[in-house]
Amino acid sequence: MTNLHRRTFLKATLATATVGLVAAAGLLKPTRVLAADWPSAAFESKNLDEAIKGLYRVSERSASGSIAINAQPLAEIGNNVPFTVSTSLPNVDSLAVFVEKNDRPLVASLNLKGAAGHFSLRMKMARTSDVHVVCRAGGKLYTAKQNIKVTVGGCGG
Amino acid sequence: MATKIRIKQADGGHEVLALVEHPMDTGQQKKDGVLIPANWIQKMSFSLNGKEVAVADLGVAVSADPLISVMIKGAKTGDTVKVNWSDNLGKTGSAEKKVG
Repeated sequence: MTNLHRRTFLKATLATATVGLVAAAGLLKPTRVLAADWPSAAFESKNLDEAIKGLYRVSERSASGSIAINAQPLAEIGNNVPFTVSTSLPNVDSLAVFVEKNDRPLVASLNLKGAAGHFSLRMKMARTSDVHVVCRAGGKLYTAKQNIKVTVGGCGG
Repeated sequence: MATKIRIKQADGGHEVLALVEHPMDTGQQKKDGVLIPANWIQKMSFSLNGKEVAVADLGVAVSADPLISVMIKGAKTGDTVKVNWSDNLGKTGSAEKKVG
């Protein structure tokens, strides 16, 4: 009898713990109330390839020498890392910046409707990582990357 | 939340820099043990004389008080550049400036 109670108790406890975990996981996600056409799936992806696929539907990409990244290779504090990219690729219609080792790699994307291939921003980096730029030109994806070393991460509490 | 624009002449066009005072809270940071709800700018659009020329989609990894720049082509003195933004809580802001 004692054993039976123990089993029931364990079962109940485990079930409660699972529910708790699920709730915690749900709480950590960004709010679901999002602008209709904001690419939430890409922004919530947890690895580089998935994030690129979420944004552009494909993740096949080729390295390009026509993408110029302008960023310091060493950022002491990761919460405000300046990053500039420009490209001379013809017919560029989209540029996106990904920090590979952030929990969610996609930082921002820029859709061009007549503006030139240039995007500059300041971003948070959790730790030292390759920073990838993906450009879409003529329906194909091109990429370039630069490693940025971070001494103190910028995503913690 | 102030929004400011600066326009700089550059090779191949004019660089438009937008600076917005915004916390860009990730939703993962705590203050006094309580999570600060996520609050970040999702969309920022740049237009020249009323025509949209670039739209940025931003995530929580963009730094607080975002400074974003794009390069517009073919702008002339007296043209109007406008920046509009909206965040995940529905707040919006804008600023405009004439090309000098």
